[in-house]
Amino acid sequence: MITGIERKAPAPLQDGAGTRTDEALPPGTTAGRSSRVGRRAAGGAAAVPPRSRGNLRLRFKRDRSLVLMALPAVILLGVFAYLPMLGNVVAFQDYSPYVGIPESPWVGTDNFARVLADADFWHAVKNTLVITAFQLVFFFPIPIALAMLLNSLVNPRLRAAVQAVVYLPHFFSWVLVVSVFQQIFGGAGLLNQSLRANGWQAMDIMTNPDTFLFLLTSQAVWKDAGWGIIVFLAALSAIDPAQYEAAAVDGAGRWKRLWHVTLPGLRSVIVLLLILRLGDSLTVGFEQMILQRDAVGAEASEVLDTFVYYTGVQNGDWSYAAAAGLIKGLVSLALILTANKVAHIFGESGVYSK
Amino acid sequence: MSTITSKAGSSTSTFKPSKQSKPPRLKPARPVWDEEPGAAAKAGKLIVLAVVVLAVLGPLYTIVLTSISSQATITQAGGLVLVPGEISFAAYQQILNGGVVTRAVLVSVGVTATGTALSMVVSILCAYGLSRPGSFAHTPILFTLLITMFFSAGIIPSYLLVSGLGLINTYWALILPSCISVFNIIILRGFFMGIDRGILDSARIDGASEWRTLTQIVLPMSKAVTAVIALFYGVGYWNAFFNAVLYINDSAMNPLQVVLRSYVLQGVSVPGQVDVGTGAAAGPALQMAVIVLAMVPILIVYPFVQKHFTKGVMIGAVKG
Repeated sequence: MITGIERKAPAPLQDGAGTRTDEALPPGTTAGRSSRVGRRAAGGAAAVPPRSRGNLRLRFKRDRSLVLMALPAVILLGVFAYLPMLGNVVAFQDYSPYVGIPESPWVGTDNFARVLADADFWHAVKNTLVITAFQLVFFFPIPIALAMLLNSLVNPRLRAAVQAVVYLPHFFSWVLVVSVFQQIFGGAGLLNQSLRANGWQAMDIMTNPDTFLFLLTSQAVWKDAGWGIIVFLAALSAIDPAQYEAAAVDGAGRWKRLWHVTLPGLRSVIVLLLILRLGDSLTVGFEQMILQRDAVGAEASEVLDTFVYYTGVQNGDWSYAAAAGLIKGLVSLALILTANKVAHIFGESGVYSK
Repeated sequence: MSTITSKAGSSTSTFKPSKQSKPPRLKPARPVWDEEPGAAAKAGKLIVLAVVVLAVLGPLYTIVLTSISSQATITQAGGLVLVPGEISFAAYQQILNGGVVTRAVLVSVGVTATGTALSMVVSILCAYGLSRPGSFAHTPILFTLLITMFFSAGIIPSYLLVSGLGLINTYWALILPSCISVFNIIILRGFFMGIDRGILDSARIDGASEWRTLTQIVLPMSKAVTAVIALFYGVGYWNAFFNAVLYINDSAMNPLQVVLRSYVLQGVSVPGQVDVGTGAAAGPALQMAVIVLAMVPILIVYPFVQKHFTKGVMIGAVKG
């Protein structure tokens, strides 16, 4: 998942690919077998990645403590990630909490038809996409620019100090971030306090639905733009200094080096993060919205997640909300697969490899 | 310019100085080929950095300062305090005196401590169990984990499950659904996979079981990455807000984030907030004190773990 940050890095899913090629070897030939035995003797029993198929029981005996160790996590995921996936069947029912899933009547795809004909749903979709697009333009480039700025600092101590400061807000909760913004820009906040003290008109920032988009984005920038640097800094430090040196020797100035060495070095990371962001297009600042819904109203702050939450948990229209949520989940999945495919076409490694 | 890049590319293969091996104490030197930037460029850079740093620290400064300012100082400033005046800890005494906020702090501390411990045990075990590609059921288990990163079930079925398990209005609802992060497991796994095979093999030859290898060899070698992951989990539990809104209806069980929201964003007045002139802490100071309480644990742990970020996180990510 996080792999692909380094193009050379073996992606977790490549393990699967590796297995397949391994198994494509002529199975059970003596040559193959003896080479495996040879490698095994050299590397120690469990250290050899290629598998000795056909002896599952032996392998299980050898690795049972490893499997046992992975088990608690698998059980937790099974219960809290996979069971709810099955729970999505309520989207095809007229679910009532009083009778439960087994007894609730089946209604086929009625709920989906209702959702797709609902103007409120499309309003939420529109808001979500507008916010995503806006943040793609006004949030996404900031960490890249900041990382390049930090990377150009020669003094390592200054660099470390700035990094320590800008990472910090990432660890604050959304409640805290919105509270901080409220104290600075709110009706009784620092900004208006000094505006009033100087005889100017107070500004309405926290409760104005028209400028909510800017407010949301600046909160996101304050919280996470600094943290976003970390990946780009790692990619920058992986660029071979010899490339800069060679470019400089050939007469490339500061800006040309930035364009021809630095940016190409960042390209795969940028593509990776872009894919992740696009795959997440339908997820925007859920907690941010809930926290500020009272202040700016539902019109401006309704996104897909809040739509699902308010129609389902708040209004009790469970099946309807589940249908909307399922549409969102499936479209998100399709988006990330498509984005990844496009990355492959352009020769980038993407989130996972084939 | 294409000639430049191609030449640079060809020189890469033969000559590879490592930038990182520089001892940190050495006076930083600009490479000979890098021209010194002009004064204007240098000043511009510093100004941008100063603005960025100020944007982060400024608000925190005034909030902390207001929380420890006396009633008179706050009234004089007209709200938030920028210049230190009379210092008073009345606000903290008031909210930590056994009221709603005190309770919420205890709930948050309890959930964070229990949750982080549980998450770390489960994640470390799982990461180690998956750190040897080719072991029994390695690939299916890994896929089981990774799929959840691409498709999540959604709010409604998750809520129905938690309520079906009878966890509504229990602290377990704040812990179990968010107990493991596959992302964190992958980072840990990446680090474990990078540990020298020879060390593990020699432990095995000496007769150490997998459990013993993990606790006595692998874990002591992975302090930095475990610290970072523990911070990630701890911060996650401490900051969790929506889980509590969703699963907790009993206001006596609310964690600090929910209380913070009601006092600062929803305008509920902090208990004990009294009118001006009675000598009690001022309303703004009380609000700020709740905000400060919500960030204090992070501010305490952060400096110790922060320096490991690049190392711990990036090694895991690159080797993932």
